[in-house]
Amino acid sequence: MRHLRTTSRVAARLVLLLGLVVGLGASARAEATKPGSDSDKQFFPIASYRVGAYASSGVQIWAGLIDYFRYINDVEGGINGVKLVWQECETEWTADKGIECYERFKHGLNGAPVGLYLPNGAPAAFALTDRSYTDKIPQITLAYGRTEATDGRVFPYIFPVVLTFYSEASVLVNYIAQREGGLDKLKGKKIATVYHDSAYGRETLEPLKLLSEKYGFENIQIPVADPGNEQSAQWRQVREAKPDWVFLRTWGVSTPVAIKTAARFGVPVDHIIGDVWASSEEDVIPAGDAAKGYLALTPYPGGTNFDIHARLRKTIIDTGKSDLRDTKSFGSVYYNSGLVDAIIQVETIRAAQAKFGKRPVTGEEAQWALEHLVLDDAKLKANGAYGLVQNLKLSPADHEGGGAARVQQWDGTKWNLVSDWVQADRALLRPLIDAKSAAYAKEKGITPRDLAAGQ
Amino acid sequence: MNLFLETFIGGLLAGTMYSLVAIGFVLIYKASGVFNFAQGSILLFSGLTFVTLLEKGVPFAGALAITIVILVVGAVVIERTVLRPLANRSPMTLFMATLGLSYVVEGTAQGLMGAQVHALDLGIEDVPVFIGDVMISQFDLVAALTAVLLAAVLALLFNRTRIGVSLRAVADDTRAALSIGINLNRIWQIVWAVAGITGLVAGMLWGARQGIQFSLSLVVLKALPVLIIGGFTSIGGAIVGGLIVGAAETLAETYIGRFVGGGITPWFPYFLAIAFLYIRPAGLFGERALERV
Repeated sequence: MRHLRTTSRVAARLVLLLGLVVGLGASARAEATKPGSDSDKQFFPIASYRVGAYASSGVQIWAGLIDYFRYINDVEGGINGVKLVWQECETEWTADKGIECYERFKHGLNGAPVGLYLPNGAPAAFALTDRSYTDKIPQITLAYGRTEATDGRVFPYIFPVVLTFYSEASVLVNYIAQREGGLDKLKGKKIATVYHDSAYGRETLEPLKLLSEKYGFENIQIPVADPGNEQSAQWRQVREAKPDWVFLRTWGVSTPVAIKTAARFGVPVDHIIGDVWASSEEDVIPAGDAAKGYLALTPYPGGTNFDIHARLRKTIIDTGKSDLRDTKSFGSVYYNSGLVDAIIQVETIRAAQAKFGKRPVTGEEAQWALEHLVLDDAKLKANGAYGLVQNLKLSPADHEGGGAARVQQWDGTKWNLVSDWVQADRALLRPLIDAKSAAYAKEKGITPRDLAAGQ
Repeated sequence: MNLFLETFIGGLLAGTMYSLVAIGFVLIYKASGVFNFAQGSILLFSGLTFVTLLEKGVPFAGALAITIVILVVGAVVIERTVLRPLANRSPMTLFMATLGLSYVVEGTAQGLMGAQVHALDLGIEDVPVFIGDVMISQFDLVAALTAVLLAAVLALLFNRTRIGVSLRAVADDTRAALSIGINLNRIWQIVWAVAGITGLVAGMLWGARQGIQFSLSLVVLKALPVLIIGGFTSIGGAIVGGLIVGAAETLAETYIGRFVGGGITPWFPYFLAIAFLYIRPAGLFGERALERV
């Protein structure tokens, strides 16, 4: 009897082991999307964060994204007839969960292939860099991530489309020059940057140094460590320095605290310019009256005065189909950022279909489309995003394609646009980017693509 | 000299905001020997409840009263469902329970009241007040007075009331307190309720400064060095610890920060706390553990 038990235990273990081997083999082979009930659809994975520290922005971003996908399906009948399917996976903005979600999504959904992937968070984006190339799925990191990924020779599958932090720094300087009456008027001015002491915050140190040397302004850098809920020491330094302009590159709670502390130290709020991550309603509402007059750069301005909003209001918001729990957030900066994410994804798939046929596209096909994506005024007017999305022209060598931002001002209740698109001096900054990408290629042993040879 | 004075006084006042958070920890540690990891979540929950009620049109006093009632009910529920079943387990078990509790409270708060950021206006203007050439924040002054007032009320509660005497008895020797008929469960309920109300006061003041949002629960990170320096068992220690941390981190940022690249405020208090652990492990006002060997 005892012998029999031992034998059955060994047999059970063998079966388990066999099962594991078969399972692992199957998963290793399952690189391509298997046919399924949704094989005629395009899958848009959403690595979302609806709980945790960043949920307040997340819930609006995913609403903007999902509302636009619904609009494309319900009103336009899909992209050239190809319907969209999407599914969310909660990352809590962390790298480990971001990787888990990516691994779950990369094989598609019920036969619908993945064309594009948005990691939606710097930690996951950095962690997934190598996998994008291995899996041939392009990743879009809009207004965050690696600036050096602009160089498509080294990063063929990473796309920091629209605006990198280097371009953001240049846009700031060009906007201040506009306000001061020309680039030649910058000489002798003082620009203080109060920045989040993290990889994100430090990203503009190098371009601002270059720009200050070129234009002759004094470049003052003051770090604020995370979370930044007490900033008296920093704003005392700002007061002592008496800058003409302050560039605020904080995020999260450090932004309203900065605005309130600046007001207490007598720094004029209408000479503080927030960056892309310090430009939402969530950044200014907690600061109350102290934020009235605050300026901010943004590649996705807030507001509902764009044509696409009229279309969405009629077909999605007023019909109760919106993903927003509270439709007061319709047109918020974060909602609009989700909208911009969605528009760029849809236009990329449309461009891929124009080349490869009106069917769901693969990651490699979407990568080609991104590298040849052109969004001009005519296209933006057609899809209702004129004024909300800037003109884009990407290429294999240039994965940013835009490099502009608009400036908006908070009036205490809403954002008002106070500038048109302000363009960065990308040619000036490109050598810095090429040096960074070359260093990355050397470190990783990557041979950059030879674009002249058509690689 | 003006810069030094302004930095020093500003730091002291900012430090009282840390003390407010630390007091909540002290209360529960005194009564049960447990470091309550959920204190930050309670701070967030209470602040969010209060501001949600205000936004629903409930008057200030009404919102405050309803929030306090919810916190008291919450304390009873926590005692019955989390603490009572784990009574007589090791402090580590209870600590892990509070760790789990923190996620439950955060999730409940965001699930019920949403994840949006809320502005909270307490009517205290954050404007500068000048004493000579030295600038002081009016908001920080009010916060400091609130912390002192809260400490005084708690001192009265613990030293002049029957509940306070019972609580001190439990803190001194739980078994002896039980043997003379003190209801330990009731004491825990009261202490958790008072810690919740302390969290509400801290949540309101921090919320008025930075908005009511998820990051309120992270304010507790500032309370840890305060507790190590002041001692885990003394409310007065929490006040003094807060003052030391506030002044030290602001002075360090101003005078040392520029030589080390700046941004040293988050880690400098911990550096100071480690130094205190070497010199005075129980903190300035903490009870020294004496054991017969």
